[in-house]
Amino acid sequence: MARKKDILNKATGIDYGKFEKSPIAFDYEKLMNSCGYSLEDVQEIFLQTGVGKTPLIELRNLARLIRSVSPPGKGCRIYVKDEAANPSGSFKDRRAALSVYHAKKLGYEGVVTASSGNYGAAVASQADKWGLKAIVLQEVYDSRRVGQPEILEKTRACEAYGAEVWQLTVGPELFYIMLRVLEDTGFFSASLYVPTSVLGIETLGYEVANQILEQEGRFPDVVLITHAGGGNVTGTARGLRKAGSTQTTVVGVSVDLRGLHMASDSDFNRKSFTTGHSGFGIPFLIWPDRTDVPRNCARGLRYLDRYALVSQGEVFYTTELLAKLEGMERGPAGNTSLAGAIAIAKEMDKDQILVVQETEYTAAGKLPSSQLTFAKENGIQVRRGDPRENTPGESIIIPERVDQIAVEDFSMDKIRQSYIEKVIKTAEGYGLTEDDERFLAEDSKSSLDRVREVIHSSQTIRPNRSQELGV
Amino acid sequence: MTDAKRGDFIQVHKVILEPDQRMEGLPPSTKSVPYECWIKGFLIDEKANKGDKVRIETFIGREISGTMDLVNPVYEHNFGAPQREILPIGNEVKRQLKEK
Repeated sequence: MARKKDILNKATGIDYGKFEKSPIAFDYEKLMNSCGYSLEDVQEIFLQTGVGKTPLIELRNLARLIRSVSPPGKGCRIYVKDEAANPSGSFKDRRAALSVYHAKKLGYEGVVTASSGNYGAAVASQADKWGLKAIVLQEVYDSRRVGQPEILEKTRACEAYGAEVWQLTVGPELFYIMLRVLEDTGFFSASLYVPTSVLGIETLGYEVANQILEQEGRFPDVVLITHAGGGNVTGTARGLRKAGSTQTTVVGVSVDLRGLHMASDSDFNRKSFTTGHSGFGIPFLIWPDRTDVPRNCARGLRYLDRYALVSQGEVFYTTELLAKLEGMERGPAGNTSLAGAIAIAKEMDKDQILVVQETEYTAAGKLPSSQLTFAKENGIQVRRGDPRENTPGESIIIPERVDQIAVEDFSMDKIRQSYIEKVIKTAEGYGLTEDDERFLAEDSKSSLDRVREVIHSSQTIRPNRSQELGV
Repeated sequence: MTDAKRGDFIQVHKVILEPDQRMEGLPPSTKSVPYECWIKGFLIDEKANKGDKVRIETFIGREISGTMDLVNPVYEHNFGAPQREILPIGNEVKRQLKEK
């Protein structure tokens, strides 16, 4: 344990212990500011490698289609931030750019990251720009050596950028490999969850707010963000606030993969989405510090107003709409929140503004045709119908009509409660102070009263449970 | 005849953990299989056959050893077959927009 802390402190250049305030609380803002970069600094660094300043595009045809199935006066305007225009094809360049720059500044020879997604390619691409070496650890294959096509594409992209790629089978032991590689190489840990990673994403929210302000004279009403580990939500929401867009509703959207176990070899290739799904989204909200760094700077629960789930079939349908109506062939990550946008736009007034804050590149392995071919090969039923009838790992239902696209709201209160209970449980035996309660309130976007209520109920339940168990 | 000679681009295989060395608490389908890894690079040894213990130099110049698996490994992921469940969607919605 102590060795793990040493390796991570050395590999991030951060003494995480300095920010701990109690067994429960830590100083989040102090940790976020510990690397010494202002938003303006970050923007200047990004300019040097062509990251950010991506176009914001209004999807007029899609909005027209949505209005045709909405109640009178409903069906808002939809904008999409074309993050595919970043150097390696996704918003992950923002996430990698500052970390790699920081690693270079601190004198590291290379960077290591664990990513089966766009982030690996972004790290490799930025490492090229700044003259560092990159190692990417990817969970790619099941035990039959069958690779998820989207991840195989990510291997190709990382290798195209000259990274050393470790293609691993399914398993959470990846974290130990990461520690070993960090120790062997002395490279920087370009974890998704270090402060520089989240600071980089702030530029995205900041740009969205300002581009809408410039074009429309006001801030967006709603911003939809595909949610997995929490960095995209956290960084974007912080950026919106920094631009003054404080009244904007922040909505996270994930693909519903409930029922599939993320560490299961047999479930691994029964899914058509490798990120932006509930298998990451829900656990990371309930317990953000489950990561490869002592404290996770991606804390989605602090910023989310709403969390919505969409089905795999709805995202495939939406991908087709974006290509055929708007002439934009893009990958699954952004199209996840775009599917959510179709549902949510139907609830909103015609003149309101909704922003989907990312697109990503697409390619072999990432297309609906690649994924559906693969799904069928792995015994998944694919058919047209009512998307509500889908079962993750068993069936993918492609909607028959646009009005069938809907979101399932995941209860924020339930997530907040689970988070508070989880934190209390990990610090069992420790007496909470008022400062801890305040931290929990901030960290879960709850009122102090609600935090106390949850603490109280979890404390009163425990003796009863003990009695039941005869302890 | 040997499968590969020095400098050839190859892929090595490594078993990182045997099933009994794997983490506790894993789902049975994961716990019952080894934890494996594949890495690509240029063969350092003079010559080698599939299954030999070899050393490679990776893209970033690091030396790694493993069992030789593939020579000149091909990226085999592709665009997939045309899917009848999604092919008609474009025309369906275009028709719908025209009717309105």
